[in-house]
Amino acid sequence: MAGSGRRPEHRGPPELFYDETEARKYTQNSRVVEIQSQMSERAVELLGLPQDRPCLLLDVGCGSGLSGDYISEEGHYWIGMDISPAMLDVAVEREVEGDLLLADVGDGIPFRPGMFDGCISISAVQWLCNADKKSHSPPKRLYRFFSTLYTALARGSRAVLQLYPENSEQLELITAQAMRAGFTGGMVVDYPNSTKAKKFFLCLFVGASGTLPKGLGTECADGEEVHQAKFTNERTRFRNAKGKSVKKSRDWILEKKERRRRQGKEVRADTKYTGRKRRPRF
Amino acid sequence: MKLLTHNLLCSNVRGLRPGGGFPLRIQASDVCVRPVPFNAAFVARLVPRLRWAALLEAAESLGHPSELPPEPAPDYEGDETFLRRVHHVLLEVEVLEGFLQCPDSGRQFPISRGIPNMLLSEEEA
Repeated sequence: MAGSGRRPEHRGPPELFYDETEARKYTQNSRVVEIQSQMSERAVELLGLPQDRPCLLLDVGCGSGLSGDYISEEGHYWIGMDISPAMLDVAVEREVEGDLLLADVGDGIPFRPGMFDGCISISAVQWLCNADKKSHSPPKRLYRFFSTLYTALARGSRAVLQLYPENSEQLELITAQAMRAGFTGGMVVDYPNSTKAKKFFLCLFVGASGTLPKGLGTECADGEEVHQAKFTNERTRFRNAKGKSVKKSRDWILEKKERRRRQGKEVRADTKYTGRKRRPRF
Repeated sequence: MKLLTHNLLCSNVRGLRPGGGFPLRIQASDVCVRPVPFNAAFVARLVPRLRWAALLEAAESLGHPSELPPEPAPDYEGDETFLRRVHHVLLEVEVLEGFLQCPDSGRQFPISRGIPNMLLSEEEA
């Protein structure tokens, strides 16, 4: 995962990194499972699939099939691709409902044109940015991936790729190659104010360009265009010279709670009791 | 590998003619039938996407010729017996062990534990 020290992409190629011990984590470690399922849920939500029709989806980097489980729950069908045999073995053991394929997405998506109603990918695409062999060229592999994905998808469908970009150049490279391949769309960032909860979703459209969905927890972050002065019945807060409220004051607590809310954390609602002192009789 | 996947799959070896690498020929040594819940709406949506001839040929080669007509009837959407037959062939018949062979390049892709191995070597990619 992104937060745990060195990035897994730097340790070696994915088919070797995701060995049997690493693959086990995806069934036994409840935290890994929870994060994966949450991201799959959000990715499927961003796909905006029709409610009444069962769809056929492609799962790029399906691994042990955690993301696929959510797709099956929603009543859709899926075909998964992964480069790691150990992860696919775990998927076979878990008896996932989708069909599996051992393939390197950097060599292209081996399907006939227009076959899928959508594509999701959880934490996989950033692996393509690394050259693990002498013959690998990340821009070329990314382009081959995106151009074959574009053909494999039906007109008007979407691809939602969750990824952990290492830096802004990587993000730019991935987006640029997707646009070159003919996709429209862009990046949706959930909880941009938090280092831990922040998630990048590359939302790509085939053909008809929809409007890009908004990221979660961004309401306060964007500089929304204001045409009129906003009415507020909040009292102007007392701030000290640095622009921060006095520590432990009610304002300071409210600000802190607001900040944590923006980071997507669970925070108690503000009430008249917030920041009040407990009396001795309590 | 289900026959649905087989019907969508094409070989991705470099240098094939456009639209080539389909259909992959199946040489199966182990085939099983696993029941899957029937969903009429999904099967009806799949029918126009399928290459019918390739599906019939694949079903034949696995020893599961399942009374499918040579062409889907124009009003197949309401025909439940037809959809059930398509469902059986597409989603319930699975190839566990065997080979897929690219019709153009002759490259063989092994299937083990139901997973086709489509990895390419450096020269082929």
